[in-house]
Amino acid sequence: MIEFREEHHQFRALIRDLVDNEINANADEWEAAGEFPAHQVFKAFGSVGALGIEYDPEYGGGGAEHTFTMIFGEEIGRSSSLGIAMALAVQSDMATPALHSFGSHELKDKYLTPAVAGDMVTAIGVSEPDAGSDVAALRTRAVRDGDEWIINGSKLWITNGLQADWVCLLVRTSDEGGYKGMSQIVVPTTSEGFSVSRKLDKLGMRASDTAELIFTDMRVPVSNTIGEVGRGFQQQMNQFQNERMIAAYQMVGAVETALERTAQYLKERNAFGSPLLANQAIQYELAEISAHLEVLRHHNWAAVAAFNAGADITRHATVAKLLSARLARRMADAAVQYHGGMGYVEDNWPARFFRDTRLWSIGGGADEVMLRTLARLDPIGA
Amino acid sequence: MNVVVCVKQIPDPADPGALDPNTKTLKRDGKLILDESDSYGVEMALQLVDAAGSGEVTLVSMAPNGEVSGLRTALAMGAAKAVLVSDDALAGSDALGTSKVLAKAIARAGEADLILTATESSDGYTGTVPEQIAELLQLPSVTFAKEIAVDGSTLKVQRQTEAGYDEVECPLPAVVSVTAGVVEPRYPSFKGIMAAKSKPVDQVTIADLGIDAASVGWAGAGQEIVEIAQAEAREAGTIIEDDGEAFAQVVKFLDDLKVV
Repeated sequence: MIEFREEHHQFRALIRDLVDNEINANADEWEAAGEFPAHQVFKAFGSVGALGIEYDPEYGGGGAEHTFTMIFGEEIGRSSSLGIAMALAVQSDMATPALHSFGSHELKDKYLTPAVAGDMVTAIGVSEPDAGSDVAALRTRAVRDGDEWIINGSKLWITNGLQADWVCLLVRTSDEGGYKGMSQIVVPTTSEGFSVSRKLDKLGMRASDTAELIFTDMRVPVSNTIGEVGRGFQQQMNQFQNERMIAAYQMVGAVETALERTAQYLKERNAFGSPLLANQAIQYELAEISAHLEVLRHHNWAAVAAFNAGADITRHATVAKLLSARLARRMADAAVQYHGGMGYVEDNWPARFFRDTRLWSIGGGADEVMLRTLARLDPIGA
Repeated sequence: MNVVVCVKQIPDPADPGALDPNTKTLKRDGKLILDESDSYGVEMALQLVDAAGSGEVTLVSMAPNGEVSGLRTALAMGAAKAVLVSDDALAGSDALGTSKVLAKAIARAGEADLILTATESSDGYTGTVPEQIAELLQLPSVTFAKEIAVDGSTLKVQRQTEAGYDEVECPLPAVVSVTAGVVEPRYPSFKGIMAAKSKPVDQVTIADLGIDAASVGWAGAGQEIVEIAQAEAREAGTIIEDDGEAFAQVVKFLDDLKVV
């Protein structure tokens, strides 16, 4: 059980204000434009210390416990643009944890500090056309030439890809194959040989820019390697736990908000002489979602407690990612269904919510990968 | 430069407020937050202290149940310390009773060069407390300040009016009410929130301030709330379908209101 103290409530109020003022106030415009000003928004969050809550204060971090990360995730999940929430989460919990945990002082000073401050936008470069959830299949290769890596290959579905100042890139640095011989490298997007080949047109998360990146004889200093050469896969697996938990935290905020908004609408919307919310069939579905939300929230608290205690949270993160994504899809379906025609048009929030939440059963490890992981962790796998 | 800011902690306007049918006053027994209208005074005070290069911002508040949530927010913004007056005997205080308490609390806060308030609170709206505090402290009162500058021992204020603003000068110390929206209140940072935990809040009772219980609260209130009633629902507006001539109806509507 987590004990929430006054500072937790204050921090929650701070992030809620930021989401309202810096995201929600402009979300419709940015969704329509298909992009948002990442440097502007990240600076607003970075300047209050929201992008490196747990990181070492030497690099601008807050040195705080993981509980604050959960609160941050829940509150950005209440954003009316889940694409911008995702972009923020990439910065805070997907592209930077490995650098913080394993990077050299010089590397952290140069790249982590400005990312935490919101002065640099970051991206995580793992997925490739033939290596999405199956990370071991990736092909992008770095070959050492003196003090430099020469990198060739491509990455796909890269959030913040058009605006990033650097990418945490996972590449092959030896011929060992499979999970072996991979390294994580900080790649400045100003590197010669780096290019954005296209912006991807997505079903949802439309305010967030997603790109395909191409590397052609791109030279990056070997000193930009995060941690040990050849340990990239293991470091990335650690980083994935942060990614999966921040996704699950966001879904608590997202589902809670959608539930509140849907119930409010159904109180006001009359059909056949009474508010739609008076319909038991609707009440029961919303009650079930509410029950699942409570279980998810408590599961997340257990994950936070385990994380704060220094325990391995692989199983917690896997369960949270799987069930939170499915709950969000169930909520999105209910929101559209119960709003009827109002929910199907882009004028109203349920349509965007429906499109946005669909990603979470795919990105950050698809549902099937979560199930595969669970089957291996539990004594039910082959 | 030392600035005292009077801040009110109010029920969260995001949650539906409720009136107590017995006391006919706002229920204030739940969690309270910093009144947004006070965040402008806090910001202005922080800017003035920054500009002066020395000094600090002290908060003064009166709230039930030792409530400090709103104070912690303002401390997280950068205020140095706070004086909180919390006493069961203060329940039912009217504007003058509140002013008496705040005036004593300001005196307890130490020597101040300037006292800032909002023009009115967002839950009570009497708008009379700042002037009453000034009178009780025998200090100049300037209201509706949109800009404040300090020149030696003189305060220069641009005072908002319907037509523009007046330029007002008075000696320091003074009590100044600050209009909303004239400065952009900073967000409290994460580090500010953590630092605020250990900033001193001097919680006192009316006895500590030497206030007679009969002069405040229900006992001392010169105002009486005799009745509360539901506000009348607004009438539905008129929808004009534009057939190309709607502008004429809009002009007539404005003409009837005598605004054009």
